[in-house]
Amino acid sequence: MKLEELADKCSEWLRGSGPESDIVISSRIRLARNLAEFAFVRRANAEEKNSIAKLVRSKIEIAMDGHELVYLDVDRLSDLDRQFLVERQLISRELAENEGSRGVAIDLTEQFSVMVNEEDHLRIQVIRSGLDLNRAWECIDRIDDKIEKELNYAFHDDFGYLTACPTNVGTGLRVSVMLHLPALVITREIDKVFRSLQKLNVAVRGLYGEGSQFMGDFYQVSNQITLGPTEHELVANVSEVVPRIIDYERRAREFLVNEGEKDLHDDVSRAFGILCTAKKISSEETMHYLSKVRMGVNLGLISDVEMVTLNKLFVHTQPAHLQKLRGHELSVTDRNIERANYLQEHLLPKHNQGPTNDPNSN
Amino acid sequence: MKCQHCEKPATFHITELTKPEGPKVVHLCEEHVREYLSQGNSPAGTGALANMLAKQLKLEQTKEHLAALDKKTCPVCNITFAAFRQAGRLGCPYDYVCFESDLEPLLVNIHGAQIHKGKRPTRVAGSPDQHHQLIQLRREMRDAVAREEYERASELRDKIRELENEPTAEKKSPPEA
Repeated sequence: MKLEELADKCSEWLRGSGPESDIVISSRIRLARNLAEFAFVRRANAEEKNSIAKLVRSKIEIAMDGHELVYLDVDRLSDLDRQFLVERQLISRELAENEGSRGVAIDLTEQFSVMVNEEDHLRIQVIRSGLDLNRAWECIDRIDDKIEKELNYAFHDDFGYLTACPTNVGTGLRVSVMLHLPALVITREIDKVFRSLQKLNVAVRGLYGEGSQFMGDFYQVSNQITLGPTEHELVANVSEVVPRIIDYERRAREFLVNEGEKDLHDDVSRAFGILCTAKKISSEETMHYLSKVRMGVNLGLISDVEMVTLNKLFVHTQPAHLQKLRGHELSVTDRNIERANYLQEHLLPKHNQGPTNDPNSN
Repeated sequence: MKCQHCEKPATFHITELTKPEGPKVVHLCEEHVREYLSQGNSPAGTGALANMLAKQLKLEQTKEHLAALDKKTCPVCNITFAAFRQAGRLGCPYDYVCFESDLEPLLVNIHGAQIHKGKRPTRVAGSPDQHHQLIQLRREMRDAVAREEYERASELRDKIRELENEPTAEKKSPPEA
């Protein structure tokens, strides 16, 4: 399969159709698993990593028979392709940057992927649009059961599933929910909200862009511990915390509308104006303004733009995607020009965009 | 992910929530996290994680105990406890057995628990001993090759193949319902 075929497609988790999808972008769960009869990845030499990758690949193909899967040897991909997979959240930065034999099995509907030889031998992940953790858990639990039938997982009676890093041992489970919280950022309430969550065993991280700045007001909430509680309890804990954040964000948005609708309307409209008219634009700037426009659309201050279009633009305007979509490598300057073009192709109402992009819906 | 101050992998990820400019995440290796925490960069109230780390680092300061512990070596993958502490990553599943008593306080510090209550694999194929033996043999073979002891290496290779193909190492799964 050519990655170009994926590039133009919209990932499942960007549909923007799951529960609470005005604020919750995606729900993700991953499981860390290791093979009982091999050293952990960092301690394995090139030959062992090779054997692990070969074994895991063949067993995943048996276990997931019936799914449309594609396996990519990440060590044989170009830097651009690796970056593309990172932007799409199909692989981690760590897998992209590791050395030696490693890979990823991707479900072609992009609902799950299995990384091989990341920090652990297997990292299974499931992503769903919106706040949908229970379904994500059911899905990953089933996949894990199927793979377990084919491989010997390293497991300890007391410590549970064994992982290279003791912070993942036990369930090997990481639940994370990606949230769009622009109003809490504008009202400067975000620290207060996160401070109030500290006692609840959740970790909050900002989402980084190309640089190291927080971008686009996206935050990820995830469980901090993996040993002790059951998988259901860990999922339930995050599921309980997220609606509280959603509620704070909704109240902050309401406050902004009530206290200064003109200011807010002006702010989001200017952001939209820049995205629709700029001749060159960096990815940081793009994220910044897309974030404002996204909130504007959610609050009904901007019409004629669909949520799924905006969600897609967040990913498709990133450097590797832009180059994949344009079919060749681009310098930073050329990327900034192409990014502006790409934004305008998708944001400006066009009458010839076809039925899926009807500007009059919504 | 690398430490923000050096090339070592970052094993501590601290989210500072009390900075006026908004939450800030720092990624540090063990050496730099000590420095970071002792500099008072972590204001009171940063919460459980920082406290846990501080406690853990204090725990580790009993020098003699630490020196002895650091020399402890896993017979299967040959990793020393010092190497684990430095990288923050264990070498093989057997480390959880041979460093058990040393890891327990760490696990309690991280997770507040030391017993897994969740999901378990439905079937276990082969014995843990067999698995550990395989890891050990592969390492010994690698070492033999490095020492150019090719005869020994090929003996080890045969042993590994034999173990890999032993019927007990195969999954005995009931036919799919």
